[in-house]
Amino acid sequence: MLTPLEWEALALSLRISGIAVAAILVPGIAVAYLLARFDFPGKTLLDGILHLPLVLPPVVVGYLLLVALGRQGPLGQWLHAQFGVSLPFTWEGAAVAGGVMAFPLLVRAVRLSLEAVDRKLEDAARTLGAGRWKTFITVTLPLTLPGILTGGVLAFARSLSEFGATITFASNIPGETRTLPLALYSLVQTPGQEAAAARLCVISVVVALIALVASEWLARRARQRLEGRHA
Amino acid sequence: MLEASVTQRLGDFTLDASLTVPAEGVTALFGRSGSGKSSLIRLIAGLGVPDSGIIRLGETWLVDTRRRHWMPPHRRRLGVVFQEARLFPHYSVRGNLRYGMPRASRGDFDGLVELLGIGHLLARTPARLSGGEARRVAIGRALLSRPRMLLMDEPLTGLDGARKQELLRYIRQLARDTGVPILFVSHDTREIGALADRVALIEQGQVLASGPVDEMFSRLDLGPRTGRFEAASLIEARIVAHDDAYDLTQLALRNVSTPLDVARLEGVPGDTVRLRLRARDVGVVPASASCSTRSGTAFLPATLREIGDETQGPFVEVMLDVGGQALRARLTRRDVSTMRLHPGQTLQAQVRSVTISRHDVIVL
Repeated sequence: MLTPLEWEALALSLRISGIAVAAILVPGIAVAYLLARFDFPGKTLLDGILHLPLVLPPVVVGYLLLVALGRQGPLGQWLHAQFGVSLPFTWEGAAVAGGVMAFPLLVRAVRLSLEAVDRKLEDAARTLGAGRWKTFITVTLPLTLPGILTGGVLAFARSLSEFGATITFASNIPGETRTLPLALYSLVQTPGQEAAAARLCVISVVVALIALVASEWLARRARQRLEGRHA
Repeated sequence: MLEASVTQRLGDFTLDASLTVPAEGVTALFGRSGSGKSSLIRLIAGLGVPDSGIIRLGETWLVDTRRRHWMPPHRRRLGVVFQEARLFPHYSVRGNLRYGMPRASRGDFDGLVELLGIGHLLARTPARLSGGEARRVAIGRALLSRPRMLLMDEPLTGLDGARKQELLRYIRQLARDTGVPILFVSHDTREIGALADRVALIEQGQVLASGPVDEMFSRLDLGPRTGRFEAASLIEARIVAHDDAYDLTQLALRNVSTPLDVARLEGVPGDTVRLRLRARDVGVVPASASCSTRSGTAFLPATLREIGDETQGPFVEVMLDVGGQALRARLTRRDVSTMRLHPGQTLQAQVRSVTISRHDVIVL
């Protein structure tokens, strides 16, 4: 049904986005918790910086990543020296770009969900002998699950559709960083490939749709479980 | 024994309360809404930090602001039952009950579940419980965490009459069977009359008075605070016999030979009960009057102990001594003067026994 080229782009997209979301999940929850529960100097600034990828042109984000994580960049130099890792123009780099772009969406969804958690339940857990960590793991986190699921799927979808930051930071290398949108872009640039481009377009729409429907379904199920409708 | 002496500023309200709770029995913290009783409970539970003061449970210092000592709530081993049950929605009833349960409590699980009558609910989720069931599960959950003391913040609020009676019975039974001391917050003198051994009265952030429940109820000076219309006395009596033909139970008050008939109770002859008699259902007649056959009324020998100091309004509250127990009566101010009542006078207390409902009697 799919051509080998389409398979390659689709598999690469799914893998890169999956890894990107897995990587940002824990930091995303941590930052959301920090923003939802604590007041500290510079909170507004941190909130602003976190939201930057949502409003900046993705190319700018890609460029900044290149500056920071490129061979000459401060972080890039360190990574290369310590681990022999080089991110630009690799699929790992594409995952970094996707993760950075998706991060604010994840944090936003988790934060909203965290703010909706009834803190009286956390108090109750504390009086039952649970320390802060146990309370977080056994009460706060399960009650935040709908938000984590929604945020995770949203982040996944955002990462799948990532184009600007990826092409700037990781380039457009077939089989390495040529994800669905990049493959589509390449086809659009090539005369006589209109039909192939249309096919990729349909694939993109179907994948995005599946992600959104899955997100809605997962979140609804999680909410129902919390409300006890599925005993 | 729990000792608390704390201050905390909350907006324009200041809590400045000293409270002592004995290591056994049920102590009620009584006050109107906004009196600071819930804030005090939160400080004791460790859900708030006082500005200054100490809280000590037996030999354990929970709070001592002078030494900058504050024990976090999960180490205090105080069970808290909140006004709303606060069950974890993502755990089953069984999961909730086990949440704070140490290994050592496993043996108590079945017994407590049975005592609270929640065995058939274990597999349910909290969303499928009624209000009364949820409270019982919350009480069980708190008790299974092996608390050194149980703090209950208005645990009966929002329940209807029958559910309230039922839960009252469970709590009484717990206090007796588990031996865990209970501090419970209430603004309802009926609840307190039914449950408490001791009462501490809190008003505007201060504990004004505390003492045994019958003594506190019989203090005329606290009348305005405990609610005049519902003013009542707590009287202990013994079940003498049941009258099955007429569905009555005959009670005998201590040192009083005249029996008192009330609607049939659950206990067996010999059981002690606590009666709540509203002042407005008690009157007096001269000792010489012979009126022992009036329907629905009992006449008990009494001595006038104290007359309230009202100088205006239609009513005066007086305190009678009936066989050594204090009985509050509401009279008109005119009666007090036409009958020339004075402390020490021998009288008969006229008790409208038909007004005593089952809800006014607790089998101890």
